[in-house]
Amino acid sequence: PPAHSRNDWIGPPDKHSNLRPVIFYVPPEESPLERRLREARQEAQACDQHFWARHNCTFRQEKEEFIYSRLKAKGLEMRDETGQKATLNAEEMADFYKDFLSKNFRKHMQYNRDWYKRNFTVTFLMGQVALARALRWLRWKKKNI
Amino acid sequence: GLFLWQLKNTGIRQIPCQFGHLCRVANDRLITFQYFNFLKRMYVTQYNRDLSQRAKPKSDSVASPFRDLQQLDQEKKVMYKIRPISPVPQPLSETSSRIELKEMKSAAETEDSVTPVRAESKEDRQWKEMKLRLDDLPGILARLSKIKLTALVVSTASAGFAMAPVPFDLTCFLLASLGTGLASCAANSINQFFEVPFDSNMNRTKNRPLVRGQISPLLAVCFAASCGVPGIALLTLGVNPLTGALGAFNIFLYTCCYTPMKRMSIANTWVGAVVGAIPPVMGWTAATGSLDAGALLLGGILYSWQFPHFNALSWGLREDYSRGGYCMMSVTHPGLCRRVALRHCLALIGLSTVAPVLDITTWTFPIISLPINLYISYLGFRFYRDADRSSSRKLFFCSLWHLPMLLLVMFSCKKSFLEKEDKGDVLGGNHGRAMEIRLP
Repeated sequence: PPAHSRNDWIGPPDKHSNLRPVIFYVPPEESPLERRLREARQEAQACDQHFWARHNCTFRQEKEEFIYSRLKAKGLEMRDETGQKATLNAEEMADFYKDFLSKNFRKHMQYNRDWYKRNFTVTFLMGQVALARALRWLRWKKKNI
Repeated sequence: GLFLWQLKNTGIRQIPCQFGHLCRVANDRLITFQYFNFLKRMYVTQYNRDLSQRAKPKSDSVASPFRDLQQLDQEKKVMYKIRPISPVPQPLSETSSRIELKEMKSAAETEDSVTPVRAESKEDRQWKEMKLRLDDLPGILARLSKIKLTALVVSTASAGFAMAPVPFDLTCFLLASLGTGLASCAANSINQFFEVPFDSNMNRTKNRPLVRGQISPLLAVCFAASCGVPGIALLTLGVNPLTGALGAFNIFLYTCCYTPMKRMSIANTWVGAVVGAIPPVMGWTAATGSLDAGALLLGGILYSWQFPHFNALSWGLREDYSRGGYCMMSVTHPGLCRRVALRHCLALIGLSTVAPVLDITTWTFPIISLPINLYISYLGFRFYRDADRSSSRKLFFCSLWHLPMLLLVMFSCKKSFLEKEDKGDVLGGNHGRAMEIRLP
């Protein structure tokens, strides 16, 4: 993002986590409240990024292993004659999906709780910052009238 | 060759739908027709897509009457997929006959939408400034509130209103529709607010405004509040308290029960079905002021419809659900998933038969609706037996036209409260007369 910009910038989805990274603008006259908000957002972003990147990589890896083991059981190779990667159809993958979901259930429960907490905190801080800014603007207007 | 055919297909079918949109008459029937055409377009668009789209009713309920129609995005995606082939139709047009000219026109139209899509996907890969532009705001809010889904929810509520055996009151109808629409916008916005990281990880939902950072979470919540509070107030004060209470309850059920439950237990599907069933009940209570058997029947029909609709849809989304951590029947209990879908297809037949017993419709209704109910039950049975992608898709697409058709037939078989003939056109005439009495 350009150096003169006074806003946050959001980027394309991350390859692993599918989340969009945000680069936060630090205004020179940042109030402590605004700093708290920015840090909360940065922390939330880091937690989400960490969780999803790890989770998605685990998924991809386990999926590969599953496909490999199933193909081996069927006596097939990972790549067929044309060099294309062999895949299993949806019905065969269904067992894997079911397994994966139940294995990660507790992990998701924990993440859900954390995500809701973080989301509410960040949004609440945003509300406080918006209110503070509005009051500041009103005071400025009164001064200049 | 196959792609070209698909391209032509989309193009041709889009033309009649555009005509459909030109018919702006404030007549119940025509509105339904317009909406039906709109569904047809959705049907065609979805047919060309690899991923099926889930429409959600007022609340992101498992099975809503009309699945989430972020179709514009989806249509664009379709166009994007067939982009590489689009130059091909051009040389053909040189040797085109009259018929082909029409096709070329639609192909050209499609091409027009292709270039913006190309640009759009490139833009997607760039860093964007997180600044809210006022002229983008309406579009963003429309997507945040899932406006198309909201429109469909409002039309089920209207169907509930229309089926109530009372004289048609236009102001009440409009207030109820507006209130329901606002409540639905609020609920959908809160749902998106809760689900940002999960939406980013699923193909169907990764282009939502909060995911893309086009709007801040604070603004989303404020928008939800500014839709929900006036919406419920309008329903409570402008219509009746019962409808307002139902609306508020539905928002709560959707945002605080269904949305978190999606990640906790497969029971979310049943909760979501209730969420989808409530709007027509709201329409009925708005008209009559009380919860009669008729309201419950209408709600029951929509409740049952949700299951074949959603279960069929979720069959194709198992990978995304599994990775995203969503507890859905299709992933964890596939057998149950199919059984439930079939069970409720059959329940639809039963419920249609109960309608005349409750004096809502005449006996022609179960007879006329039997073919479509049997057809969806047949597809439900095929889905139950085959449990594969093609049967699930067939069932899903059937459910898309089945519901509007069922509601249309129900409306046309409505038992006239004026005790005149109770079939189709004459009923329309009755309604016209009733409206004339009301309007100055």
